Amino acid sequence: MTDFLERRAVISGIGQSKIGRRLGRSAVDLTVEAGLAAIADAGLTRHDIDGLATYPGGGMGGEAFAGPTSPEVQDAMRLKLNWHDGGGEGPGQIRAVFAACLAVAAGLARHVLVYRTVTESTAQGSGGRQGIGGAVSGGGRVPRFSGSFQWMLPFGAVSAANWLALVATRRMHEFGLRRDQLAWIALNGRANAARNPIAVYRDPMTLDDYLAVRMVTTPLCLYDCDAPCDGSTAVVVSHADYAPDAPNPACHVNAIGTALQGRPSWDQFDDMTTMAARDAAASMWKRADLRPSDVDTAQLYDGFSIITMVWLEELGFCAKGESGAFVEGGRAIALDGPLPLNTSGGQLSAGRLHGFGLLHEACVQLRGQGGERQIPRQPEVAVVANGGGPIAGSMLLTRGAG
Amino acid sequence: MSEAASGSEPETTTGTPLGRGPAIRVLPRLDDANRFFWTSGAEGVLRFLRCERCRRYVHPPAPLCPYCEDGQGHLEPEAVSGRGRLHSFTVNYQQWIPDDGPYVVGLVTIDEQDDVRLMTNIVDCAESELTADMPVEVTFEAQEDVWLPLFRPAGGSRFRPPGGSR
Repeated sequence: MTDFLERRAVISGIGQSKIGRRLGRSAVDLTVEAGLAAIADAGLTRHDIDGLATYPGGGMGGEAFAGPTSPEVQDAMRLKLNWHDGGGEGPGQIRAVFAACLAVAAGLARHVLVYRTVTESTAQGSGGRQGIGGAVSGGGRVPRFSGSFQWMLPFGAVSAANWLALVATRRMHEFGLRRDQLAWIALNGRANAARNPIAVYRDPMTLDDYLAVRMVTTPLCLYDCDAPCDGSTAVVVSHADYAPDAPNPACHVNAIGTALQGRPSWDQFDDMTTMAARDAAASMWKRADLRPSDVDTAQLYDGFSIITMVWLEELGFCAKGESGAFVEGGRAIALDGPLPLNTSGGQLSAGRLHGFGLLHEACVQLRGQGGERQIPRQPEVAVVANGGGPIAGSMLLTRGAG
Repeated sequence: MSEAASGSEPETTTGTPLGRGPAIRVLPRLDDANRFFWTSGAEGVLRFLRCERCRRYVHPPAPLCPYCEDGQGHLEPEAVSGRGRLHSFTVNYQQWIPDDGPYVVGLVTIDEQDDVRLMTNIVDCAESELTADMPVEVTFEAQEDVWLPLFRPAGGSRFRPPGGSR
């Protein structure tokens, strides 16, 4: 068997800050809270941490989206680092975890703290969600755009909601996907969130509720869009030889998926019924010694419900175009079903922790620490997927060394 | 049978007026690479870069033809028919900025080459008439020094656009 380097890494600790709507706390404050929790959970102290990584860090979006830069966090925690990394380009939000896995495998660091922090709910205030370029409306001269945004913003295609709605419409046309099928991503998330005390939306949701709520951009309604929140998620990525010493069961990395073969574009991708998820998932399975049928739980990106549908197909849990029938009725993806999906409630109901909430939940479930929402049959293998459109990364985790 | 009344303005399926685009159009910053594209509507035509050697259209603009193996295929703007197909669409209801009303974002592929796509607005078309793969044709909307290519159902529309389109 090929010795893929990511298999030398484990997730030895996990932690989260307080999570909620409009907490009014700074991003670095939340990050330190999550970081200290993850470090303690790994049975380590700050002095053991010699690596630091984040997505995206400075330079992408505002701070409410990007979270604090890695230098800010390093300084706030007075970390002495042998390796550090931050960036927004790569295979999804989870790219920071991939970088950390390779760093520990290469011996650049032994214990890497990886975090993703958002304060988008506080930043949004009492107003609605804004699109890219949306801040231009306050009067004065409207700025102009270069690069890829110039092809979308003039036409009011200002949000990933619009761009992904195009994927959803095309799937309805080619595959006969229906809204009452798509609904089950949101309904499943809400059912799971009822068992998660820190989920931001926990009230029951019915199919009628889903079908009656306002449209955002057809065919995506409000409940197809994730819920902005404030919060930080951190994990400690350690060398696998630390696993026996970790106080909690270490989650072993079996494979990472990083490929991007199609054009890196929301609108020029070669097949508008799918996304970069196709390439990331295929590359992950090539590196894995497991198959889709081995997976006990899937924690798949649900920034918008349609993304989750594409991941379900591209990861091989159902055939292409058949995710509508697969999720319809919710049995296949329920907590006690064959493929429990987004068991914390996902981003649609637990809050938009931007990929890392799903990673955290995969570890919680593999460790058997889900409490009321623990999958009844203890999962041994979990898949995590991050990103939509041209952004995609996936990861296969196991409870033991495999 | 469309519920939109013939000759009136296009509507959403719930009967509210369907606009031609967002309340404020954020415009592209013109530069030497994109100016031909965004100003071509002044002459009433849509242009894309085309490789002089392999004859493929390339969009968005690129320095050299990405399809020619040696990377030496020279690209020049060339007019196309302005006809295409509506590959996908969405009716945006979200008010991203004040005064936004519903409008249609379309993804159009051009008849000359079906992997050349444009995001655009579909105008002069009721929501109930929108279907994927429907034929569409270009119409331009001038904004400052930019001519935005919008698309409407091919062969004319029952709807009379307010203010006149080009």
